[in-house]
Amino acid sequence: MLRWLQGSAWDQVPHLRRLWLYLVALLVMFVLVVPSLVVIPMSFSASRYLEFPPSGYSLEWYRALFASSTWMSAIRTSLTVAALTVLVATPAGTLAAYVIILARPRAATLMQGALLGPILVPIIMIGVGLFYVYARMGLLNSVTGLVLAHSMLALPLVMVTVLAGFRTCDMNQEMVARSLGASRPVAFLTVTVPQIKRSILTAMLLSFLVSLDEVIIALFISGGDRSTITRLMFNSLRDEIDPVIAAISTLLILISVICVLIIHLLSTARSAREKT
Amino acid sequence: MAHTAPPSPNAHDAEGFAPGAAPEQARPNRDRLKRAALREGVSVSVLSLPALLLVFFGLILPCGWLLLLSFVGADGSLSWENYQRMIDSPSYYRIFVTTFQISLLTTLICVALGYPLAYVITLLPKSLVALALLAVLLPFWTSMLVRTYAWLVILQNNGVINSMLIRNGIIDAPIALVHNFTGTLIGTAHIMLPFLVLPLYNAMRSIDRGLILAAANLGASPTVRFWTVYFPLTLPGLIAGALLVFVLSLGFYITPAILGGGRVIMAAMRIQSSVALYANWGAASAIAAVLLLATIIFLLISLWLSRHVFGSRGG
Repeated sequence: MLRWLQGSAWDQVPHLRRLWLYLVALLVMFVLVVPSLVVIPMSFSASRYLEFPPSGYSLEWYRALFASSTWMSAIRTSLTVAALTVLVATPAGTLAAYVIILARPRAATLMQGALLGPILVPIIMIGVGLFYVYARMGLLNSVTGLVLAHSMLALPLVMVTVLAGFRTCDMNQEMVARSLGASRPVAFLTVTVPQIKRSILTAMLLSFLVSLDEVIIALFISGGDRSTITRLMFNSLRDEIDPVIAAISTLLILISVICVLIIHLLSTARSAREKT
Repeated sequence: MAHTAPPSPNAHDAEGFAPGAAPEQARPNRDRLKRAALREGVSVSVLSLPALLLVFFGLILPCGWLLLLSFVGADGSLSWENYQRMIDSPSYYRIFVTTFQISLLTTLICVALGYPLAYVITLLPKSLVALALLAVLLPFWTSMLVRTYAWLVILQNNGVINSMLIRNGIIDAPIALVHNFTGTLIGTAHIMLPFLVLPLYNAMRSIDRGLILAAANLGASPTVRFWTVYFPLTLPGLIAGALLVFVLSLGFYITPAILGGGRVIMAAMRIQSSVALYANWGAASAIAAVLLLATIIFLLISLWLSRHVFGSRGG
């Protein structure tokens, strides 16, 4: 560390001269990461009231969480919806990316634009619109309705991730396989997909997180015994804060950390392989 | 580089043997090839159908329906009354001003904090870059609800910051950091920061470092070469990131609803209350239409800037 500080950055400015800038960046990173972690000690608090640091520690809120049928049913709903979203969004997005990579530039741009829509349109608008449409189709408070909406939201991320995978792999190999007699599906599944499996796995984790953390659409179209975790959390946060939220938040953070770490390892493994 | 194809013996023969016959013979073949290419194109395009159906069903249909609804009056006939009400009523005006203020201030805070961070990440040795990026990605993929809840814990009257300040005797009574404009802004800026840092870092990484080294060789001081060479080169990435943050901020709902304590009403919250409390679809859809229009306008500005203003330089 000290040796590094005595050197210079790539632009020939000594690190020591720029120490203040590094400190600013460190502070920003601290503000980005640390605040969310506050909920972890809170979840082990022995007190009913929000206080930090907690005056005593207990597992009371985890016990309350696992004993509550409302929360457990919400956890089941959220996990089911997230798993099904992965199963719908990943193949749909991967196939769309495949079409984009093979299409002519103009058609590819058009389709990419259409599939980026779900990121750019205000989600509140999608939520209200879906509420209106689902009410007429009987899809309100259903797992199917949530899965369709969340898959649509995850689609752009799957497409962008898998597209990046396609760009690094050699699409001619699939042509070779086909000219040797493999059908297109066989060539795609046995030659191309193994080359982009890391991107596909990343896309699956991302769509899982998108579905698990989605709030606004779930607020409108889920309810009753099909409420998601996020819907219950939001209602509790707005009205009266139930300390169980700290416990469920800690679990959600844990899931995010695991997913992001796996994605990170996948991407560093890929760049390491490219170097060799 | 011009590739000269090896002369094909067949083509040569055909030309030498019967000059006029070659195209005649080639046409059925060419047509068949064209048909095969078309069939192949269609069979490949079909694969995008699941994705397109999802977008149609989940995005275009509900949003289109909502847009139509915004032109339907209370009596069920076609009318402008939903938009007219928005112009006449000062309460709508206030909501749009608040939405604009929060979005603008969020963008400015993100630029002020995000630019130094993205810049420092480009200066770090390779082993630390991954770690720094993880610090940006981790909050990015943490539930927005969890992060908002965490800020509530930190900022409230008996929260982390107030109790720390009181314990150290800096203040006597807790300061109101949450359930107001300040709290909302802290929450929104925290959520949007990764949306600025990640694209900006990518833009900075693609800048040709030789240009800065050349300026150094020509005697420019670090300050001069930052402001006259480096900063202008990062401007396209910075503006694109800032416009993205601004556009996404316009639709904020969760954060102001929880951290605003009812004092900060943004457009999305009015849409929700119009539908959920008053079942007033006309009013809700008209606000949504204005929100969508604003989003589209700012995205088009971003696209136009990247094509016409920065396109020739940045490539």
